Amino acid sequence: MVQATEAPTDAKLSLSALTDYSFPQKQWKWYDYFTFNIDHKVIGIQYLVTTFIFYLVGGMMAVAMRTELATPDSDFLNPTLYNAFITNHGTIMIFLWIVPAAIGGFGNYLVPLMIGARDMAFPKLNALAFWITVPAALLIFTSFLFGGAQAGWTSYPPLSLVTSNVAQSMWIVALILAGTSSILGSVNFIVTIINMRVPSMKWDQLPLFCWAMMATSLLALFATPVLAAAMILLLFDINFGTSFFRPDGGGNVVVYQHLFWFYSHPAVYLMILPIFGIMSEVIPVHARKPIFGYKAIAYSSLAICVVGLFVWVHHMFTSGTPPWMRIFFTVSTLIVAVPTGVKIFSWVATLWGGKIRYTSAMLFAISLLSMFVFGGISGVTLGTAPFDIHVHDTYYVVGHFHYVLFGGSVSGLYAGIYHWFPKITGRMMNEPLGRVHFLLNFIGGNLTFMPMHWLGGHGMPRRVAMYDPQFTHGNQLATIGAYILAVSVLPLIVNILWSLVKGEKASGNPWNAMTLEWTTSSPPPIENWAVLPVITRGPYAYGHVEEIPPAERPDLSDAIAMPK
Amino acid sequence: MQGALENSQTAAAHEAGLGDAHHGEHPDLRVWGLITFLSSEFLMFAGFFAVYLVFRSTIAEWPPEGTEVELLLPAINTVILVASSFVIHLGDEAIKKGDVAGLRKWYMVTAAMGAVFLAGQVYEYMNLGYGLRTNLFSNCFYLTTGFHGAHVFIGLLLILGVLWRSRRPGHYSAEKHVGVEMAEIYWHFVDIVWIVLFILIYVLTLF
Repeated sequence: MVQATEAPTDAKLSLSALTDYSFPQKQWKWYDYFTFNIDHKVIGIQYLVTTFIFYLVGGMMAVAMRTELATPDSDFLNPTLYNAFITNHGTIMIFLWIVPAAIGGFGNYLVPLMIGARDMAFPKLNALAFWITVPAALLIFTSFLFGGAQAGWTSYPPLSLVTSNVAQSMWIVALILAGTSSILGSVNFIVTIINMRVPSMKWDQLPLFCWAMMATSLLALFATPVLAAAMILLLFDINFGTSFFRPDGGGNVVVYQHLFWFYSHPAVYLMILPIFGIMSEVIPVHARKPIFGYKAIAYSSLAICVVGLFVWVHHMFTSGTPPWMRIFFTVSTLIVAVPTGVKIFSWVATLWGGKIRYTSAMLFAISLLSMFVFGGISGVTLGTAPFDIHVHDTYYVVGHFHYVLFGGSVSGLYAGIYHWFPKITGRMMNEPLGRVHFLLNFIGGNLTFMPMHWLGGHGMPRRVAMYDPQFTHGNQLATIGAYILAVSVLPLIVNILWSLVKGEKASGNPWNAMTLEWTTSSPPPIENWAVLPVITRGPYAYGHVEEIPPAERPDLSDAIAMPK
Repeated sequence: MQGALENSQTAAAHEAGLGDAHHGEHPDLRVWGLITFLSSEFLMFAGFFAVYLVFRSTIAEWPPEGTEVELLLPAINTVILVASSFVIHLGDEAIKKGDVAGLRKWYMVTAAMGAVFLAGQVYEYMNLGYGLRTNLFSNCFYLTTGFHGAHVFIGLLLILGVLWRSRRPGHYSAEKHVGVEMAEIYWHFVDIVWIVLFILIYVLTLF
């Protein structure tokens, strides 16, 4: 339920200080969102809105593919289009939706607000990072005029060297642009979080979302350039007659796979770490409890970041990998599950005994917990070489990564949208509609991706348009699920548009949260605060402080939020 | 709520400068940003080097007959480039003492050395007798050295940009020289990458 409860007295005082009208409460006009604006909030919204449109495009491709797969025969899409959809559905969802929405959208909007800064360290660079994702998207979309890239989102050579070269080259340039955007964004986040925290904020008072963004940025900084190297080599192979990956010229296709996965495995953490950050904000606020294990959650992000760089070969167990490598990478893959488990445990422990408010944001957070754990466990099975070899390139893999990416990342983005919509727009969202969205999403998601595990376990290969009729029932279930998922987006869109105009006005802190972004008005004015806030306690110190007069308050920042 | 508020000095400064200087109160973090970015750039070269090392260790004849590298000219080039890193530092030290003329002198020398390096590389390319497409070794050779050359070219442009701006009186001073420092750091980066590249691509062909 929405509980726009009155803030405690001292908070009211500080809020009135914050809405001091001698400070210009200027807001941006609608057209400012279509310009090279350098305010982090504008850039965050630009990211969120454009990537959401890309998400819808990628979703349409998925629906078209599932329609094709409703029957064993190929009778809906022609093979070229099917392959182009296979390739670009993955590319769009990863590089143009989850990564830019989570990092570029929520990261840009929230990080400066959470650390008490007026903007990012390099505002112009920030705007540049957003604006180079636009040509990247245009390249992907226009590549369909040239047949569309055909080689799957991994674009392994030699397949990518022999099919649809113009479209493939456009795809490569799009990825290099998206990667550049990601690197520039990471530079900005790292420098901002290290240097621009409000002076009174210590590292152990940093909100967990910012810790997650720090880990994400480090990972992007070190992994993305390796993808750029792979893409440049592939581009040279296609267009300039080199033979790095051409077996007939002495080249080696497995080298491409190593370079590709050195980035693209960490990319799954790029897609989930910011979402873990969102979880760590949403859960304590809506469970009204201090987060359990602040330090454990913060450091496990860094642990995932480090270990995540040493597991990429688990995507290549069937590429002729020598046994010693399989052992090393099986073990390191299983080790990543440990810091991830630490986070899951901490969230569950935070929920335990909390006064849980089942808001839409919280429902999506709980949905994430269940679906991500399911996807994580199937990931552990896939990380072990013997089982992986058995189900390699089957629908089991597809089911697994959709549980993690859809059930995990996308649910997290939804939770974030419901949680921060009042802050971003100054209006509350409609809760009943949010619940309809949640139900359709949860049912549709499980109905689509659960049968895929069965299909894969029974041997249905991925990336095919035609299949053995014995798999018909499983595929039809998944297709029905996909339609439900497609419909599930409608209540969200209606909710956003309706709430923007008619939604109940939100106060500065409608959820009674304790992180800094809630200390300014909703939506925050340009430059965020009239006077910069000063930290007197940790970001999750719920339940104790309000009743005690300020003078007699113990310093709870250590005792509650940050167990030493 | 987060707690008490306090009218900090930064806020006052901010209100004074509101309007024309939207982000006026930012500390200057450009050097931080550049170093972070260059650590990322280094990983891209590391990707190329890794590919080179894989081929070097798996292909029997490396470099293949007819595509051996020239050694004398690149060695001279290396000496020039490494020396230029010391020269550019003299320029940086000069401006930290407020000596704009010294800055201009040393940066001009550095720019000349960078230009000689690039000219040497072009001369080398033209006289090797094989091209980008000849074989896998030449693929690797031209790609890595070419990418490094492009970075040297950008570094040269940065140095020339510093020289151009230093014409304006008071643009750089003992207190204000972030641009100078950034050009220097970038130049050192280019130099470090070259040392690794020279060892991998040129020196290792001797063994």
